[in-house]
Amino acid sequence: MNKIVIENLSLQYTDGTESLRGINMDIREHAITALFGPAGGGKSTLLRCLNRLNDLTDVEEISGRILLDGENVLDPQTDIIALRRKVGMVFARPVVLPMSIYQNLTYGLELAGEKRRSVLYEAAERSLKLAALWDEVKDRLDDPAIALSGGQQQRLCLARSLALQPEIILLDEPTSGLDPISTGKVEAALQELKKDYTIILVPHSVQQAARTADYAAFFLQGELVEYGDGAELFTNPKEKRTEDYVTGRFG
Amino acid sequence: MKEIAIVQGFENNLDSRNRKGIIWHVLFQASTIVGIIALIALMLNVIDSAFGYVAYEARMDPDSLTVDGIPVEDQSKDQLVALLQSTLSSGAYNKLDNETLFVDRSREEVFQLVVERIIRPKIVQVWKFWPSLTRSDEIRATVTREYPKAELDFVSWLTYDFVTRPQTSEPLTAGVRTAVLGSLWTILFTILLAFPLGVGAAIYLEEYASENWFNRIIQTNINNLAGVPSIVYGILGLAIFVRALERFTSGKMFGIVNLTSENGRTVLSAGLTLGLLVLPIIIINAQEAIRAVPRSLRNASFGVGATKWQTVWSHMLPNALPGILTGTILAISRAIGETAPLVVVGASTAISFDPSSPFSKFTTLPIQIYQWTSRPQEEFRSLAAASILVLLVLLLSLNASAVLLRNRFSRRF
Repeated sequence: MNKIVIENLSLQYTDGTESLRGINMDIREHAITALFGPAGGGKSTLLRCLNRLNDLTDVEEISGRILLDGENVLDPQTDIIALRRKVGMVFARPVVLPMSIYQNLTYGLELAGEKRRSVLYEAAERSLKLAALWDEVKDRLDDPAIALSGGQQQRLCLARSLALQPEIILLDEPTSGLDPISTGKVEAALQELKKDYTIILVPHSVQQAARTADYAAFFLQGELVEYGDGAELFTNPKEKRTEDYVTGRFG
Repeated sequence: MKEIAIVQGFENNLDSRNRKGIIWHVLFQASTIVGIIALIALMLNVIDSAFGYVAYEARMDPDSLTVDGIPVEDQSKDQLVALLQSTLSSGAYNKLDNETLFVDRSREEVFQLVVERIIRPKIVQVWKFWPSLTRSDEIRATVTREYPKAELDFVSWLTYDFVTRPQTSEPLTAGVRTAVLGSLWTILFTILLAFPLGVGAAIYLEEYASENWFNRIIQTNINNLAGVPSIVYGILGLAIFVRALERFTSGKMFGIVNLTSENGRTVLSAGLTLGLLVLPIIIINAQEAIRAVPRSLRNASFGVGATKWQTVWSHMLPNALPGILTGTILAISRAIGETAPLVVVGASTAISFDPSSPFSKFTTLPIQIYQWTSRPQEEFRSLAAASILVLLVLLLSLNASAVLLRNRFSRRF
């Protein structure tokens, strides 16, 4: 089933660069969709459109529609806070909030006004387990989160999004700063998560895209070149440009 | 076929590069040293004036006050009160009695009164600290030769009494309590006005204001206002707080009729004027501090569904607070040393009663220093030097408390 339908989405930044051009895309539920391509292709921009984080940057013009469960995300009437609760996001560099591990997890719920300690604790435990971090931190939940290793911090950020019980998780190069072992853990966690969530991932390499993606979309200079089944796209691309990129001829 | 130039290797020029480095190193070090020398010279100059020998003559010879062979300094309280009563005019005596009943005064206080009102020591000459140390014999000789009746004492002008006594016209008994309290009251209102307004404006400009020509004009103006001469703020304060808002700043609005401040020249006016003066400084520094909070933290907070206000309150402000407080410290230091605007706003130069409410007349330490240094007599310059030391200590302690506050708010992780 399609979770998100993107119709003719175009976006231009204030400095004149055109970041997205007429994107049409259906994103499937309970699957990992990888957006990949060389830098400047518009992958992150698209990702940021999905939870309206672009509102914070210098966007000149945005047109088209993004339908999430049939409702247009880009509508000015959309409640951004509710949207972001539904669409969680993990950034390239892990940004833990300057609090304890536990507080990082419960922060989003507390912001929403949740005060029941049992609810908070359960959310923290459940999300840590989902992010495959529980065993490593269960004895030191009150330690400052900044003391965790980079890989642990990134999984904590993932857990923090999960604690809010989103429907969609956006990941912007979540493993770019991690060692191979941590990367493996994050990827394994994602494979588990896709059973319940819709995951949209900007991988940091073609290899990662090939490893993880159920569906893959190749972006080049703001254009969606090819979009389709992951295994199909990486082994038998239809477009010449996709093939060149995937086989390592450029990029 | 084109000839290919063969690179012969290149000069490393290590010698001249190192020499240049050393020259700049020396220049930077020298500028620091010049600064330190200037500071030390300033301190030495102040200390030189604040201590030293003082030769003073009694206007009335204490020996003539001896009763039954008891010198005046050993007489009992009752004898001293009787002495006051017999020597002073009855009006002056009753006035003193009205201020505080003689019954309630200690012997020390009464003796102090006898010294002030009857013996009335008069300074004939003062020496600075350095000559007092190096040429004390010479000074002694001069005093015995030229002022045979005078007494010579080594005096520290900066004493505990100096800080706690009110201002008087007699250098030997003058103090700075009035001025210190005036400064503190003024700074209180300065902070109350400038801190919330400044931080609020900074938050608005950084977080809420959109990028358009109107907000850019506001921003430019704030930056320029920080450089406007302080006297201009004084004129502004005079027009707004003293004149236009007189009913408010004199307390008439609240039904307070204070004969000593029948117009708006009050602590409140002065504090608000200085508040306007330091407002741009606080805004600019707070903006810098807010801007220095990493964007990623903001994104993370928004990412978990925080509203703008929640992000500002629980992430921007706590992280920016140390920087904001640093800016506030700078602003307070500026305000506490400011003289010109207060002269325009109407600080009193000679008052002996302490400010007791926002609607009191006032003087401040810098005003007091200015007034004392402009007197011709040498002894007032010593008083000024002592007040400068008091001002420095006041400034240091205010800064220290702000630094403590800042360290308390600095996040540990």
